Amino acid sequence: MAEPKEVWITGIGLLYSLGEGLDAHWEALAAKRVNVDEQRIAPYVIHPIAPVSFDAQIPKKGDQRQMEMWQRIGTYAAGLALDSAGVKGNQESLSRMDMIIAAGGGERDLTVDLAIMNADAQGNLPSGAINEKLMNELRPTLFLAQLSNLLAGNIAIVHGVCGTSRTFMGEEASSIDAARNAVARIGAGQSDIALVGAAHNGDRGDLLMLYQFGGFSLKDRYVPVWARKDKPGFAIGSAGAFLVMESREHAEARGAKPYAKLTKVVADLARRKESGALTRSLEAMWPQLGVNDEHPVLITGATGAEPATAEERAFLSEHPGLAVRATGTTFGHLVEAQFPLGLALAALSISRGALYLANDPTGFEVEKAGAPTQIVVMGAGHYQGEGMALVEAVK
Amino acid sequence: MTAPRDKFGRPIVVVTGMGIVTSLGAGKTDNWKRLTAGESGIKTVTRFPIDGMKTTMAGAVDFVTVDPFSSTSLSERLAVMATEEALEQSAIGSKGDFPGPLFLAVAPIETEWPQRLEVARAVETKDFGLVEYLAACGSGKFTSFHRRFTFGSVALHLAETFGTKGSPISLSTACASGATAIQLGVEAIRRGEADAALCIATDGSVNPEAMVRFSLLSALSTQNDPPQSASKPFSKNRDGFVMAEGAGALVLESYDAAMGRGATILGVVAGCGELTDSFHRTRSSPDGKPAIGCVRKTLADAGMEPNQIDHINAHGTSTPENDKMEYLATAAVFGEHTPNIPVSSNKSMVGHTISAAGAVEAIFSLLTLEHQRIPPTINYEVPDPAIPFDVVGNKARDARVTAVMSNSFGFGGQNASLILTREPA
Repeated sequence: MAEPKEVWITGIGLLYSLGEGLDAHWEALAAKRVNVDEQRIAPYVIHPIAPVSFDAQIPKKGDQRQMEMWQRIGTYAAGLALDSAGVKGNQESLSRMDMIIAAGGGERDLTVDLAIMNADAQGNLPSGAINEKLMNELRPTLFLAQLSNLLAGNIAIVHGVCGTSRTFMGEEASSIDAARNAVARIGAGQSDIALVGAAHNGDRGDLLMLYQFGGFSLKDRYVPVWARKDKPGFAIGSAGAFLVMESREHAEARGAKPYAKLTKVVADLARRKESGALTRSLEAMWPQLGVNDEHPVLITGATGAEPATAEERAFLSEHPGLAVRATGTTFGHLVEAQFPLGLALAALSISRGALYLANDPTGFEVEKAGAPTQIVVMGAGHYQGEGMALVEAVK
Repeated sequence: MTAPRDKFGRPIVVVTGMGIVTSLGAGKTDNWKRLTAGESGIKTVTRFPIDGMKTTMAGAVDFVTVDPFSSTSLSERLAVMATEEALEQSAIGSKGDFPGPLFLAVAPIETEWPQRLEVARAVETKDFGLVEYLAACGSGKFTSFHRRFTFGSVALHLAETFGTKGSPISLSTACASGATAIQLGVEAIRRGEADAALCIATDGSVNPEAMVRFSLLSALSTQNDPPQSASKPFSKNRDGFVMAEGAGALVLESYDAAMGRGATILGVVAGCGELTDSFHRTRSSPDGKPAIGCVRKTLADAGMEPNQIDHINAHGTSTPENDKMEYLATAAVFGEHTPNIPVSSNKSMVGHTISAAGAVEAIFSLLTLEHQRIPPTINYEVPDPAIPFDVVGNKARDARVTAVMSNSFGFGGQNASLILTREPA
């Protein structure tokens, strides 16, 4: 096989609960600001989205109306990424651009759901009546906000990204695989340029239901990820994180500057029924990355859910000297969007020549002196799937 | 001995195992027999009350039961059945140890009504709101719902059952999902990343809310009586698609790997193509340009000329818009050759298996190549004069078929096509 092509990250688009834009993120991280809400759905802790006018990236109100919040967040962040890569509105590039989105499902109409559930619980829902209620009360367009592949559909409509479009599903692992697949395709010459990312809205009761089934929600009080040992769980967060990735040749030909290069993405599915399987899987992936920096940095999407976080920590403890950052502390748990966020922060840190400050009262995260040249991005799903990527400075 | 690489120097991707479940039955033998006999699997829905529904029929797979019922559990079960058949035919690897990755097309997953209501009945307060409901969700009694209704749950089960390697990819490209799963497998083998890939597509979505949602988009046929006549692709009086369930599983291998272990080659995935339509969320671009581009990309990927295609397994949903657009796009690419191509839509009999359709129809295309017999498009009584395809109407047709194009065009602008051949080109 030929040597794989070098993959550059040439565009970053971020929108999260502290604001939008790369500078706003950098400042918020430096100031250790966290936007968290313990009241809105108390006792469940969430990170709501920052108030934002979507008009700048989604100019048609009609388009905005056809989307629910997660799609607006994603379509907006995708637009920022295209802007940042300098391909926004460039039909020639966009018509060839491959899109790989990681997505869950869309938002439900909880008012309708709760009314039906209450009626049923009180014995007032005769057989068949549910159909009629759904026929009469569901908004027809809501379906389109619920289909996983319609974030990609909206990005195609609003921004004209029209090469290929694939939506991966499966919580945290879906975006690790999206990045892995993009790097593999670009590396092998099956793609020249790709838009990869995900979006998540943390202000969603229906998502809380799913995670509550498993007892994964962070309750009562916000604490940073590494301080949740006695009260494990995650606070769902709100963010869109998108990256434009392209082959070095393609970027150079159009004069695009890289933030960083994405050297390798690996992923696996540990059989977690066995204790320690996740730790062993992470150990097995590490040597595949080719980390040679003596003081490397690792940005993790650690959730705070157990036993995943303890197993992840056991792996990290075997690698002293790592400067670790848990994105969940600041951003909350973004599920599909966590890994692209990690990639974005890694590329941003490399391009700015510094790692942002630790935000961890337990002292597990340490400061990093000097410019990082290699940053490992790690993701371990709260229940299944794990992976890593190596982001490096372009030489 | 044929060259082990295609004309672009890539590993040739062959199919060595296939498994299928549709409303017509389980397994290739039954499906092929009934499909070529022109039988319909569409029936009036009995799984749940149909009061108040505009559409009351579907191609539900009622001969497979799961308990407790959920569309996700049914999808998983159908996938397991199809995969077991495919693996038995392929005889690859060993039980529980498939030597390659898993690509799974599956419908988006969410908690379903029976389970939602079960939790509601466990809420302690009357007139409860979200917070009280969430407390019941977290009571510890419903942990199994988390395992069932996470998006990765079906892939997790399949990966553990069949021992596929690495991180399994679950995907949705709406009605093109099955084709996309195959495409991902083809790309992985062409990259040399894997010698074999397990591509599965499954859909068990006939539940009240899914039917209501498609109904509210006016996408479904409402010609409920008789149900088996509802799906009438390319007919003037077609009025929508019919929801259906099913699963298809394919074992893909590099030609080298398959020959190396002496496997029987069932066919070749000669080309795949994909092109996004940015016109509208549910409607295709009226000029058909994205579908035209998709078909052209697929021919280019296979290194074939339009006149080398001698059968089209159409997307043919039986919606007024799709069938017309599909004709326009086909005519634009195939030009004068268009009337020479027999076209058929399996959906006239099995309905639209949505996430599974691309794989189900790829398998039917491969069976068409094997048997040299094209399944009919049933209910073709009133041909639409605006669609002058050579439709294989009502009766199966014996024909020389060397290369089939199978099309999938879906919501969200998802277009994907495959070219399947009997022998390596």
